[in-house]
Amino acid sequence: MEKFVQIEKVGQTFETKKGKFVALRDIDLTLRQGEFVALIGHSGCGKSTLLNLIAGLTTPTTGVLLCDGREIAGPGPERAVVFQNHSLLPWLTCFENVYLAVERVFGQKEGKAKLKERTAAAISLVGLDHASSKYPHEISGGMKQRVGIARALSMEPKVLLMDEPFGALDALTRAKLQDELMKICEKTQATVVMVTHDVDEAVLLSDRIVMMTNGPAATIGEILEVNLPRPRARLELAHDAAYIDCRAAVLKFLYEKQAHVEKIAA
Amino acid sequence: MSTLTISGDLAGALPVDRSTQNAPSGDCTSNPPAQAVKETMMEKSATPSAVESGTPLAEHLNALGRLVMPPVLGLLLLIGIWYVATLSGGAIPGPVKVWDAASVLFADPFYNNGPNDLGIGWNVLASLERVGIGFGLAALVGIPLGFMLGRFTFLANMINPIISLLRPVSPLAWLPIGLLVFQKADPAATWTIFICSIWPMIMNTAQGVQRVPQDYLNVARVLDLSEWKVVTKILFPAVLPYMLTGIRLSIGTAWLVIVAAEMLTGGVGIGFWVWDEWNNLKVEHIIIAIFIIGIVGLLLEQALILLAKKLTKESS
Ligand SMILES: Nc1ncnc2c1ncn2[C@@H]1O[C@H](COP(=O)(O)OP(=O)(O)OP(=O)(O)O)[C@@H](O)[C@H]1O
Ligand SMILES: [Mg+2]
Repeated sequence: MEKFVQIEKVGQTFETKKGKFVALRDIDLTLRQGEFVALIGHSGCGKSTLLNLIAGLTTPTTGVLLCDGREIAGPGPERAVVFQNHSLLPWLTCFENVYLAVERVFGQKEGKAKLKERTAAAISLVGLDHASSKYPHEISGGMKQRVGIARALSMEPKVLLMDEPFGALDALTRAKLQDELMKICEKTQATVVMVTHDVDEAVLLSDRIVMMTNGPAATIGEILEVNLPRPRARLELAHDAAYIDCRAAVLKFLYEKQAHVEKIAA
Repeated sequence: MSTLTISGDLAGALPVDRSTQNAPSGDCTSNPPAQAVKETMMEKSATPSAVESGTPLAEHLNALGRLVMPPVLGLLLLIGIWYVATLSGGAIPGPVKVWDAASVLFADPFYNNGPNDLGIGWNVLASLERVGIGFGLAALVGIPLGFMLGRFTFLANMINPIISLLRPVSPLAWLPIGLLVFQKADPAATWTIFICSIWPMIMNTAQGVQRVPQDYLNVARVLDLSEWKVVTKILFPAVLPYMLTGIRLSIGTAWLVIVAAEMLTGGVGIGFWVWDEWNNLKVEHIIIAIFIIGIVGLLLEQALILLAKKLTKESS
């Protein structure tokens, strides 16, 4: 399969007041086009840092990142980001927040009516038609996160980078959006990198699960292939032997091999 | 009288209420208690409304009192001290004398006996006009400059030393330069206002731009927005509160400086008026002018605070 995103020998060091802090080291990872990859690891291990590198929001201290054969030199709308803290602009309504993105990506080719249609479609995809004209401070945390998702999806990106997009959602909405996301990915063939803490979510959605070791100087610990046929149905999977094995493997990595974070916290 | 009867009825109603609650279980309720219930219900529905309309009004008055009382007391104290201090006579006139002079002055604030003898209203308006023009020009230059300084580090590193050097200079030191360049008193005064109001606007705007949350800028970067969109959709709304602070500080300084500038340049204006009255030895008028300057300054400040509140509410 074609290599679409290549991460080669990437390391990230931050300059802090206490000196250098090595967040990531020796990250080697290749994503195929249309692949869904979950990044999982304990809090603070460097998942957001890695996602920001792929987004181009930060540049690596060592190594190189490529997308579609070209070096990632900065951010761009073909690599959309759903931020961990939603990052909606508080002075724009939900509609305007999404419209800003739609206008940027499609404004050259399409008329206003079509742009508005796209915006409305993206908002209704995440089930927020009723909140379209509300300001971010007037809606719940989960709703804000959904607007953030709508904004990213509306751009029809080649690579979709999501930092715990469903973290703030209730179980029902989360399940609904996961199903929605699977359909969208199948349709658009987007390459997705999704940071998550949720083992079930990772197994349900991913083709591969990238498990990271604890920081500092975190790197990729294991990569698990999830060989479950698509389309996947969550209810049937619950009793599927392969699904249960994958789940067990991830849990084992997190809570046996990389458990020391938990011990320190306790 | 009436309160007594109500409380009596309420006291009597209590056991009746209980009996009506039990009514479904025991069907032997007789007529008289039921009537009593109806009556007390009517009483009850009447009493709360009376109480409701009473307490909020009282509370309002209370709150108003708490708000107004301290400033009024403070003002009275000031006037009291002033009165006592001037009782024994001397150069400074007492409150009564000043009040009398003010009554005469404000009877016709907009008289016009030629350019050298204008009413107090005209003088205040002339000063406000100078402040308005000088300040407006400063905003026109200072706000965009602040945006650029906040956005481009190179430019900031280039201009910041100049600002640090010039900012501490008293605006009045710029007056001779203005007189030299413009050859006229009026634009020279406006120029002084321009110089003194531009610094807070540049600095606050630049600071606001630098403090725009990284999250918003990341959104702009991921979307790869044009510089124009970044300014209008992200920077401007995020910086607006800082900008308004800069504007408020500028107006305050401008109003401080205009009085001094006009004393030096002459012509029409509240500052010049003060100087004129000093030459005429009308000390009452100087004291009146001090009050006017204070009140106008206060109004300007309050108007801008109000504007800031309104704008930031709309944008957040
Ligand atoms: N700009 C920065 N400067 C210094 N240290 C940083 C910076 N950004 C991140 N770090 C450090 O790098 C490490 C990884 O942070 P990161 O935000 O990537 O964690 P994460 O895996 O996303 O955690 P979480 O699951 O809690 O979101 C942390 O120890 C963090 O303190
Ligand atoms: Mg994170």
